[in-house]
Amino acid sequence: MRQDLTQILSWIKSGSRVLDLGCGDGEFLDELEKKSAIQGVGIEINQEDILLAIRRGISVIQQDVDEGLSNFPDLSFDTVVMAHAIQVVHFPDKVLMEMLRIGKEGIVTFPNFGHWRCRIYLAFRGGMPVSRFLPYDWYNTPNIHFCTVKDFEKLCAARHITIKSKSMIGGGKLSSFFSAIWPNLFAITAIYRLSA
Amino acid sequence: MVEILKTSSVGIVKPQAAKFEGPLNLECGFTLDSFELVYETYGRLNKNRSNAVLVCHALSGNHHAAGFHNEDDKRAGWWDEYIGPGKPIDTEKFYVVSLNNLGGCHGSTGPISENPTTLKPWGNNFPSIRVKDWVETQARLADRLEIDSWAAVIGGSLGGMQVMQWAIDHPSRIRNAVVIASALKLSAQNIAFNEIARQAIRADPKFAGGNYLSMKSIPEEGLALARMIGHVTYLSDDAMALKFGRELRSGSFDSNFSDGIEFQVESYLKYQGKRFSGQFDANSYILMTRALDFFDLARNYNDNAVEAFSVAECKFLVVSFTTDWRFSPSRSQEIVEALIAAKKNVTYMEIKADEGHDAFLLPIPRYFQTISAYMKGIETN
Repeated sequence: MRQDLTQILSWIKSGSRVLDLGCGDGEFLDELEKKSAIQGVGIEINQEDILLAIRRGISVIQQDVDEGLSNFPDLSFDTVVMAHAIQVVHFPDKVLMEMLRIGKEGIVTFPNFGHWRCRIYLAFRGGMPVSRFLPYDWYNTPNIHFCTVKDFEKLCAARHITIKSKSMIGGGKLSSFFSAIWPNLFAITAIYRLSA
Repeated sequence: MVEILKTSSVGIVKPQAAKFEGPLNLECGFTLDSFELVYETYGRLNKNRSNAVLVCHALSGNHHAAGFHNEDDKRAGWWDEYIGPGKPIDTEKFYVVSLNNLGGCHGSTGPISENPTTLKPWGNNFPSIRVKDWVETQARLADRLEIDSWAAVIGGSLGGMQVMQWAIDHPSRIRNAVVIASALKLSAQNIAFNEIARQAIRADPKFAGGNYLSMKSIPEEGLALARMIGHVTYLSDDAMALKFGRELRSGSFDSNFSDGIEFQVESYLKYQGKRFSGQFDANSYILMTRALDFFDLARNYNDNAVEAFSVAECKFLVVSFTTDWRFSPSRSQEIVEALIAAKKNVTYMEIKADEGHDAFLLPIPRYFQTISAYMKGIETN
């Protein structure tokens, strides 16, 4: 289980209705449904992934998040999750607002581009960082909107989004310690719990 | 991919008949004192009677969904690609029931049956049937077969409408609803095409106002024309271009006489029309298209599909096809939207297919995988 998913699990109440934007093969909703009695719905565009999710018994809607979420009524979900997907959408700010319209609460996770490895990579190699976690080159990456922890919080402030809690994941124990005190430099993954 | 499509058959199947005595109050106000349903079953009902799947047919379908009727039978049932051992609706797991709907012309009580009062064929006096009536008769068949709840009810097009009606009329008797290339109600364009088809039938002098059976005539030309119109709407522009293009079946533009020129598409439509008119009853066709026109899932629920679906307890799989313009993906999305708003469990897949509305009958790999994956996930214990 990915560390960010474990953190999200702890924030979702049993019995909740959860919408997962970009649910992939449904791994997270599957875990969630097994661990606490939630009713999950996923949105995914990749049909191979949808098939895997169907095999797990997860409810998935084939839909392109970039084409809007207007088919989801206001406050029709308790929690709307977007795990490692905000960097692939065309308009992250609009999606964030939609999440908080549809759900009472939103949970977002993303790779922190302010991490010191990214900075060193760019500073010394002079190219967009390529790593084990982000294996793409700039021209073929689906990740078109990278941001840092600082950038994200700026956006939340500008859109009057309340950050209810956050959690930062570093690489190991030591970096987790550092990422808690200096997230923008040490967090590999940032996790935010938001409300309108 | 070919190997997953090439699987075995349910073999030779025998249609069965179930007679139901006792009044059936139809939606139109008419009461049928008794009726008969013809059906086929594939696979075996398990001990808990929990693995039954109902397949609902579309406009021109019937009970013969899979297998063959005898050794020499060259044509398998209409959904043979999907029903059988190891197929998406796996008969090693499920007990599949497929019936000819009331008002049909393949053995179940309908316009060609004898009216017990007049001892003549019902003909055009057969009462108007609605989707809700079909579901009621299917529920009686379920009672007869001692099936309390269907593991799944599955149908495409008009069949999908029956599936949705099941979900709201008998919420506790259906655990999964598979709604393929369907809609909450017909559009004006859909009704228009149906009306043209009906007019084609009625315009045939042999139709004799619907009394053709007692006149010993059959409105073959009208029925063939109706089918040709329908057929065009089941295919996509691209599918027709690919299949026929502007190829000529006979004649040539080189000669001075253009009388003998026939395009492949003309020949194909004539063949389809002729074949159909030999197999289908005109009054039945009118009745079925009327059932399509009248269907409106939300009518009894303040025209609100969300309210209609609110009573449903089952999970839903909704499937549409990109080039289907008769029941386009946006019609399926309306279903999905209402289900989401009603807080139901729904899965939606839009299959890329060139074949138009007809795609729902065909073994298109991604569609095949979708039904297969969904059916595998259904518990039958």
